[in-house]
Amino acid sequence: MVQSTFKRFVEVGRVVLVNDGPSAGNLAVIVEIIDHNRALIDGPTTSVPRQAFPYRNLILTPYTLASLPRGAGNGAVKKAFEKAGVLEKWQSSGWAKKLAARQQRKNASDFDRFQIQLAKKSRRDDVRKAYIKEKKASA
Amino acid sequence: MGRFTEYSVIGRTLPTENTPEPKLYRMRIFAPNEVVAKSRYWYYLRQLKKAKKANGEIVAINVIHEKKPLKVKNFAIWLRYDSRSGTHNMVKEFRALSRAEAVEAMYQDMAARHRARFRNVQILRVAEIEKKEDIRRPYIKQLLEPGLKFPLPHRRTKSKAWYAANRPVSGFHPIHSSHDYMLPGLKLVYPISNKMMNVLYWVNGLIKAVD
Repeated sequence: MVQSTFKRFVEVGRVVLVNDGPSAGNLAVIVEIIDHNRALIDGPTTSVPRQAFPYRNLILTPYTLASLPRGAGNGAVKKAFEKAGVLEKWQSSGWAKKLAARQQRKNASDFDRFQIQLAKKSRRDDVRKAYIKEKKASA
Repeated sequence: MGRFTEYSVIGRTLPTENTPEPKLYRMRIFAPNEVVAKSRYWYYLRQLKKAKKANGEIVAINVIHEKKPLKVKNFAIWLRYDSRSGTHNMVKEFRALSRAEAVEAMYQDMAARHRARFRNVQILRVAEIEKKEDIRRPYIKQLLEPGLKFPLPHRRTKSKAWYAANRPVSGFHPIHSSHDYMLPGLKLVYPISNKMMNVLYWVNGLIKAVD
């Protein structure tokens, strides 16, 4: 049997990351597949209203809500979403952290960037000092 | 034609001495706006009845809203269209959230497959298919399979920046054209990863050394 290389599928219960529109950057769940281009998504806990959304602007995440029935209502999705603990898993994932960091960097003011510059300088200095100390000790 | 709306248009011929209360005719019209809806109303009415815009009036025009706009439904659309060589009847099926959305998809589909314009297509009937068994078209049937799932194999990530440092890559196993390399007599049937590529280069080097 040939093993498929695909791990993430468009399916009912798949958690997706919305990549466009007013709810961009939020998680949602595929509630029903409409056709080859769109799915009905819903994110009751992540303030994504139930809507049709093209796959083009969705990113499939590795999380799924198992046994979510097709066309489940708002309440059922909310329950399943909370029960699976997707949001906690997401927030602790490297992916989410990277996105958050990127956002923070994007929103940084000029003064913030200056402070980062100073912090980096002092970090470099600490590393240099530690290195020299280590070198002397071993010599 | 832009986004479609479903209108209920009611009109009649102007009252005369002989017919002080002329019959009202109501039609459900799919149109991008009220102006087009009214125009289509007169177009259809003068084909069906002895009435025209010059001696008639629109009594009311209202938008028909979808009852359940968040439920995915299967629609069948019966239509008649004029091709370049004749007139044809058709039944097409669509999966959509609203009747108007299905009609919009239908016009796009007719334009794509048959080069039919808005004016060449007449909608005879739009109905929701309630039962799964009544669905005729395989392209809709395949979407109703229980446990349906499929991957998204061809993704194109767009750079948000004006200038991109790297070329966009879409395949799931991208190979650059310069890496498009194979052993002599070995047919490349699937894309090869960079790691595999290095192995192939190495093997090829050995073969050259033997020669």
